[in-house]
Amino acid sequence: MGAVFNLNHPAHVVHWHFFQMAVANIVVIMLMLAVFALAIALPFPGAARRREGSS
Amino acid sequence: MSIAPPPKTSWTTRTREAAVGALPPEKLLPDSQPTYVASWIYVFGVASIASLVVIVASGTILALKGPAWWHYTGVGHFFNSIHLWAVELFFFVMVVHLWGKYWMAAWRGGRTRVWITGAVAFLVAVPTALTGYVSQQNFDAQWISTQAKDGLNSFGVGAFFNVTNFGQMYSYHVLLLPAAVIGVVIAHVLLVRRHGVVPPFALDTVLASSRVSPVEETRAPSNADAPSAGAGGASP
Repeated sequence: MGAVFNLNHPAHVVHWHFFQMAVANIVVIMLMLAVFALAIALPFPGAARRREGSS
Repeated sequence: MSIAPPPKTSWTTRTREAAVGALPPEKLLPDSQPTYVASWIYVFGVASIASLVVIVASGTILALKGPAWWHYTGVGHFFNSIHLWAVELFFFVMVVHLWGKYWMAAWRGGRTRVWITGAVAFLVAVPTALTGYVSQQNFDAQWISTQAKDGLNSFGVGAFFNVTNFGQMYSYHVLLLPAAVIGVVIAHVLLVRRHGVVPPFALDTVLASSRVSPVEETRAPSNADAPSAGAGGASP
């Protein structure tokens, strides 16, 4: 990964008024929000079949 | 010759009966789940446990070889990376699990202890990770420990929990805190098994409307055949 991403520098930081956070942390939080939204939106394989089977 | 039944006063008898009463085998190891569990949002709890298993397995190998092993061997570096990224994944999926359970108010239906043990597992996992980061034996560990000590000293716990004391941090990281995390997670899972997976709000409303209150039941014996709270296997 070191060859793909140059990590040989201080962390990039977003600083806006009181808000200060490393870009890496912001990326991870955004990814968690995306995964959370997808987990709710995407259908689970076989869910419809299971519901029909139980009714 | 007949064998006398064990006395009811025996603590082993009482413990066994209480354990089987609270968690009968079909509840402890169920072979099916309610249909509402077929959703991606219910996957993150078991994903957290899967990550924890990888963390414990890779951490055990690292503990066997010592804290400096990963610095001078490729295999050590590999297992250290597995350990680190499993921790990152553990927190990632645990936070998504926490969000999912928060927004579905997973403490409903007598599941307060399920919620509390989940929250405690998260809170105990944080210092477990911190003690790992300060046990890396590199400049990163030095930076994190010298930053963390100021925060901890401001709470007055620095004398008892000294992040610049490698020996103390390593002991916390490989024994005390993992034991606490694993213990709380086991309690959490057993409580989930006991109370069942929390149903969606819509189903909970349907179940609640079908319940017969104890007052109604005593006033109107004809309602005795009304659906019970356990309908659909979704209620605690």
